[in-house]
Amino acid sequence: MPFLEAVRLALHTIRVQKLKSFFTLLGVMIGVMFLIAVVSIVEGMSDYVENDFAAKIIGVNTFDVRRWPNFNPNEDDEDWRELLRRPRLYETEARLVRETLSADFKTAIVSENFIYANAPGVRPRMVQAIATEAAYFDIKKFNLTQGRAFAPQEVVSGSRVLVIGDEIAKYYFANLDPLGRELRIAGQPYTVIGVIEPQGSVFGFSLDRMAIAPYTSALGRALRPRGDIEYITVQGPTREVLMDGMEAVRAAMRGFRRLTPGRADNFALETSDAALSFFDGIRSKMVLFGTALPGIGLVVGALVIMNIMLVAVAERTREIGIRKALGARRKDIIRQFLIEAATLSVVGAAIGAALGVAMSQTIAALTPLPASVAPWSIVAALIVGAGVGIVAGLYPASRAARLDPIAALRQE
Amino acid sequence: MSQHLEEEVPLSTTAERKIIVDQAGAAPSKEWVIVTRGVKREYDMGGEIVRALRGVDIAVRRNEYVAIMGPSGSGKSTLMNIIGCLDTPNEGEYWLNGQLVSTMKDDELARVRNKEIGFVFQTFNLLPRATALANVELPLVYAGISSNERRERAMEALEAVQLGERVHHRPNELSGGQRQRVAIARALVNRPSILLADEPTGNLDSKTSEEIMRVFEGLAETGQTVIMVTHEPDIAAHARRVVVLRDGTIESDERREVFTEKLGLTL
Repeated sequence: MPFLEAVRLALHTIRVQKLKSFFTLLGVMIGVMFLIAVVSIVEGMSDYVENDFAAKIIGVNTFDVRRWPNFNPNEDDEDWRELLRRPRLYETEARLVRETLSADFKTAIVSENFIYANAPGVRPRMVQAIATEAAYFDIKKFNLTQGRAFAPQEVVSGSRVLVIGDEIAKYYFANLDPLGRELRIAGQPYTVIGVIEPQGSVFGFSLDRMAIAPYTSALGRALRPRGDIEYITVQGPTREVLMDGMEAVRAAMRGFRRLTPGRADNFALETSDAALSFFDGIRSKMVLFGTALPGIGLVVGALVIMNIMLVAVAERTREIGIRKALGARRKDIIRQFLIEAATLSVVGAAIGAALGVAMSQTIAALTPLPASVAPWSIVAALIVGAGVGIVAGLYPASRAARLDPIAALRQE
Repeated sequence: MSQHLEEEVPLSTTAERKIIVDQAGAAPSKEWVIVTRGVKREYDMGGEIVRALRGVDIAVRRNEYVAIMGPSGSGKSTLMNIIGCLDTPNEGEYWLNGQLVSTMKDDELARVRNKEIGFVFQTFNLLPRATALANVELPLVYAGISSNERRERAMEALEAVQLGERVHHRPNELSGGQRQRVAIARALVNRPSILLADEPTGNLDSKTSEEIMRVFEGLAETGQTVIMVTHEPDIAAHARRVVVLRDGTIESDERREVFTEKLGLTL
């Protein structure tokens, strides 16, 4: 039986029995639809994490010196106790880091947390309060739409000056010029001197709710009442130089903390790679669960197709007998039914793929989850569809091929 | 058909046939299309052994037109299945066109059916969803012939049975006689050694039956070997030679003149 003729026959069957075909293909359709949607979202997220997120949150060619890692998957109680035993990070160590590194590096002390801020006539709201140094703006490449960033002198003097994100400016000072106005954070007043241009959002979490003041100001004490600092962020000119710098910092920190060679670091050096590998972990779990569930749909779809093919073999016993009498070998019969099952299933997969693309676009439009439909996932879906059909068709096809032609011809 | 016309189709004689049948194990010469030697076929019907054929010796020379007759239960269907390579004997030899078929496996039998045998069935057995042309092309599909040549040869075969105008009709758009002629075209399209017809007129009225018999007559005249299985003596009387089966053995094997005289039939 020529390939195209078998395909045409299968398509004809689908056309003639629309409702039955719809139910037959429902399993494969739903399976493929969710498969495409999940893969698209996972792909979209990893595109996002690689291109946007890592740069926005940690920065390019940057590492952080921290008490414990920020992106830390799979920690158990034991790890947790070890982390809590670690000494805090203080300004003296920031000075040490700075002295260790050449002038090519930029460093900034950073502490941050969400704290309520209020201004006259506006309901208090959480802002991302950041206490840092002047170099922070440079490292983060923040451009200002209004006013200016604070100067190193203001950090030395501990001035209560504040640079705010776009959303903060619009919320607290709607229709007003925010420059020179007062915003209270944790009860302390700060004077707004600059507004950062909009930064967008990461996974629906806005990056425009920052309120940045010198770490030496009251905000530093509000964020770190014990007088320590959260982390030191370091930016190098290139990746290679950065890695060398990181090892130099590690050695200096170990010396300062008197760690003998056998002991592990009691601080964390974290690059954007850590964030990426953390997300790789999340991603592999998402792919696993995201494909296991549609996988069940595909198994159900395969069983339904197998059932339909068994019915088709029973209904067409006489046809099989005729074909055998005219010289069809077993493999000819098997091929015919496999092509038919695969065609059915590929049609289901194609419809499922179209629905999956629509679904991921809808998700991308309605939720903060990013989605990008990978062309390979559509090709993969069609191959999976054909595979499901062939697997489901194997048993019915081999039953058809084993029919005795005499008995098959006698069937009414 | 491509074979050259002969003045008079020669009938094999009883003596000639006996010589061929008695040479057990030896491949018969090319002129003998069908040779069975001591063919036996038994079925196990739920513990009860049914002996459908109890040792059948038949020899058919190329170009013969033979009817196989017998009442139901005589074993003629079983014999037809074996001659048609749909079944193999439990015992005995079956040589078809110089090939020992009786020991062949499934796929070899399929190849032999495709190349050597053209089936015509009582119930036509056309594929209902396929056009006349597609039905006739089917044996060529399994012979692995290219689609252009398939189409050409199928058209030729349909024109030979005067159905050149109806090639794109489906079986349900054709009359019984036309359907049977499509089946004949399909049977002949791959130029088989034998045309094997199983009650070819069983589902047709007497006028159409006559028409189909005339087609067979014409084929026999052009040199096509025809084997026809039937239980109707007046249909069997169209053949040149009539083999009568009873209880799984050959009761008689004689020229049609002898057969019709015995039954008092007029031709």
